[in-house]
Amino acid sequence: MEKRVIFKGWLLPLLLLMPQVIITAVFFFYPAGQAIWQSLFIPDPFGLKSQFVGLGNFEFLLGDPYYRASFVTTAIFSGLVTIFSMGIALYLALLADRLIKGAGTYRTLLIWPYAVAPAVAGVLWLFMFNTRVGVVSWYLGLLGYDWNHVLNQTEAMGLVVAASSWGRISYNFLFFLAGLQAIPRSVIEAAAIDGARFWTRFRTIVWPLLSPTTFFLLVVNVVYAFFETFGVIHTITGGGPQQATTILVYKVYSDGFVGQDLGSSAAQSVILLLVVGLLTVIQFKFIERRVHY
Amino acid sequence: MVESRGTGLWLTHAGLIVGVLIIFFPIWLAFVASTVTQTEITQPPMPLWPGDRFFENYRDALVSGVNAPVARMLANSLVMAMGIALGKIVISLLSAFAIVYFRFPGRRLFFWLIFLTLMLPVEVRIVPTYEVVAGFGMLNSYSGLIFPLIASATATFLFRQFFLTVPDELAEAARVDGARPMRFFWDILLPMSRTNIAALFVILFIYGWNQYLWPLLITTDPSMNTIVMGIKQMFPSGDDIADWPVIMATSILAMLPPIIVVISMQNLFIRGLVDSEK
Amino acid sequence: MATLKLNSVKKRFGKTEVIHGVDIDIAEGEFIVIVGPSGCGKSTLLRMVAGLETVTAGDIEISGKRVNDLEPMDRDIAMVFQNYALYPHMSVYENISYGLRIAGVAKDEIARRVATAANMLQLDAHLKRKPRELSGGQRQRVAMGRAIVRKPSVFLFDEPLSNLDAKLRVQMRLEIKALQKELGITSLYVTHDQVEAMTLADRMIVMHDGVADQIGAPLDVYANPATQFVAGFIGSPATNFVPATSLATPRSGCATVGVRPEHARIVHSGNGHATGIVTFSEALGAETLIHLALPSGEQFTVRQEGSMPGRNPGEHCGIDWPPASEIHFDAAGQRVTAR
Repeated sequence: MEKRVIFKGWLLPLLLLMPQVIITAVFFFYPAGQAIWQSLFIPDPFGLKSQFVGLGNFEFLLGDPYYRASFVTTAIFSGLVTIFSMGIALYLALLADRLIKGAGTYRTLLIWPYAVAPAVAGVLWLFMFNTRVGVVSWYLGLLGYDWNHVLNQTEAMGLVVAASSWGRISYNFLFFLAGLQAIPRSVIEAAAIDGARFWTRFRTIVWPLLSPTTFFLLVVNVVYAFFETFGVIHTITGGGPQQATTILVYKVYSDGFVGQDLGSSAAQSVILLLVVGLLTVIQFKFIERRVHY
Repeated sequence: MVESRGTGLWLTHAGLIVGVLIIFFPIWLAFVASTVTQTEITQPPMPLWPGDRFFENYRDALVSGVNAPVARMLANSLVMAMGIALGKIVISLLSAFAIVYFRFPGRRLFFWLIFLTLMLPVEVRIVPTYEVVAGFGMLNSYSGLIFPLIASATATFLFRQFFLTVPDELAEAARVDGARPMRFFWDILLPMSRTNIAALFVILFIYGWNQYLWPLLITTDPSMNTIVMGIKQMFPSGDDIADWPVIMATSILAMLPPIIVVISMQNLFIRGLVDSEK
Repeated sequence: MATLKLNSVKKRFGKTEVIHGVDIDIAEGEFIVIVGPSGCGKSTLLRMVAGLETVTAGDIEISGKRVNDLEPMDRDIAMVFQNYALYPHMSVYENISYGLRIAGVAKDEIARRVATAANMLQLDAHLKRKPRELSGGQRQRVAMGRAIVRKPSVFLFDEPLSNLDAKLRVQMRLEIKALQKELGITSLYVTHDQVEAMTLADRMIVMHDGVADQIGAPLDVYANPATQFVAGFIGSPATNFVPATSLATPRSGCATVGVRPEHARIVHSGNGHATGIVTFSEALGAETLIHLALPSGEQFTVRQEGSMPGRNPGEHCGIDWPPASEIHFDAAGQRVTAR
């Protein structure tokens, strides 16, 4: 879609674009270019000069068991976060949608955790499950379960998944509720008159009509789990124990800033860049089909 | 909708209330922890009902904190969040106006360059971006906190979409009325975009406030820490016991501004959310 | 007060030429209506006069001054848009006065002019309202008010009534005509509605495929259409066209014969210039329209007094008309006058 030609001149529009162009060039394109450039070099340990290695960094990464483990960790982590946050949100949205009065109140009560930063969510959950003072871990101890996410890899993963999903339920709930409310009531009423019970109505009518929302949320949540959960991981586990919760973004950070391995970190950035690119393409393909929300 | 009645209605409410309570619980616990003494927490189980140390704990946090006064960190976060929200809105309004209402050489190129930035979150390019910011001497500065995070075009894209829905005739009528481009922008386009600007502001404010990784990298000076990243810095290294009441008071303070924004501007927020994901 | 002159004005969008050279000469205070089907180029022509589209070739002159390269605001024109184009966030007062404020007119002068215009358009009570709080007719008046207060040399109207319902359209038509007569401002008005054109115009221009087929006073155009297109477009029901060869006595020197429905009458089968079978008849009270199918396949409509006897579908009839009322066209659709 384009406007009819409206205003004349080329100097004014270029001036208007300048702030954005300068900021984007300096803080976006140059660093992104640098990431690609650096991914082709290995700097010497003293950072004095670097050696061109072509795709060597990438070859090394793909052969590196730690990096491959991080890929698997990321897949498990984002899969679980997506399933839990979307599942719970859908359940709550279905309940709220059944109410004529009060759905708005529940929406108000449920949306505000969206405002809680992932890092703060991490601190809250860390506090609940802290091995020394945590309330939940203490009660689990009473039940005879010895919770220790500092040592136990599965428990560590469980905790970061829970904290990450918790913060995301509001967002998914909002979109699911909007999606449900956009389904024409007459369709559902007609099904009810045809004798379809709640579960049948859900399976045959609501779920198919909701699928654009679901698919959209699927992509968005995977992106969230990949990138925005850094704060949760950093506050709760620091990637441990034994790298059990080191997702890809965390590894870029820990190799680049903690380990000072710039070449490898840059190569990881480039790989992530490809992953985001892929997810974005999927998202845009989908958005071209224009959904109702 | 086929409304539930009788028992079904109560079950629906019960299900929702349980959901709300579970979602509330971590925050409730944090609040309780921020109102009791350190001893009450370190001798589990901690109480589940608020104590009487509310004022002391919050005063301690705001005035002295652990590494830096939390009041200072709140101010830093406010500057950062406002800077990101307003900065991004201003540059995006201008560039979207240029792209939609003018034809000039290189327009398509600019459009695609800007579009490309939609794809890459800051997390992906942190190392080189850090080097750029360090090179400008912007570590531990507000500009260092703000600029890299407004270097993306989500808002430009949004305003472009909105401007395209503004009827052509309005711009033409303004032209016939004698309005030059900037006059049209200021008198007509901007007032018409008010709701979109407000909605976007809500989203960007929360986005800016909740940043973690970036401030973590570039603010080594505790007095430049933002509150969201500062919390983690309050945990002692090694085996020392964390000052839980102060840390939890800080967590509550860190959540409060964005929560207030979301609740008080709920409709704008929902609109902004839906718009910015389209 | 001004004259408006178009000298072989052309417009190309990319490679396609949409206006193939139009000449118009408008006298001071004249009300000119450009009428034509959608896509004929009439709106483009108007927008070129307004300065919203560039002129590919030819000249546009206002009061003898070439304005091709002037910005709209420097042309001393005002325009009323099809969807009114009111600024949604401004009150009626602000909408009407916006152009004056930009021009830097003094505040009390603005107030005076807006008051006069509002009074003329019965908008006095609504000056503080926003456009969305107004009815369609009121919005239309605000758009008019915005044009009036600037005291332009030329008024441009781009289908200003097409968004109104039928009843309001008739009323606003009369108001526009009265207003233009009162102010005496040279006006160029674009519409696809031939009734609007007939009732409003001092002279009208019938456009077709980027060409001005005919320019003239409405009744003159009606009585003496220059082309088959004009004959078919102006007048309702439309002129009947019959192939010259299919008449009882074939005409020579022309390809098609045009007959206005009101000139034809039903006669006994076998009499008249043509025969046909009644397909249906519409009794409208004051008049009755009888639709017939000719043996050659054409439709033919006869318009007769409502008091005359109707006809039943399937009836075979003759159709007669005074030979002098015939309008002859050649194969290219041009009028053939030498009979």
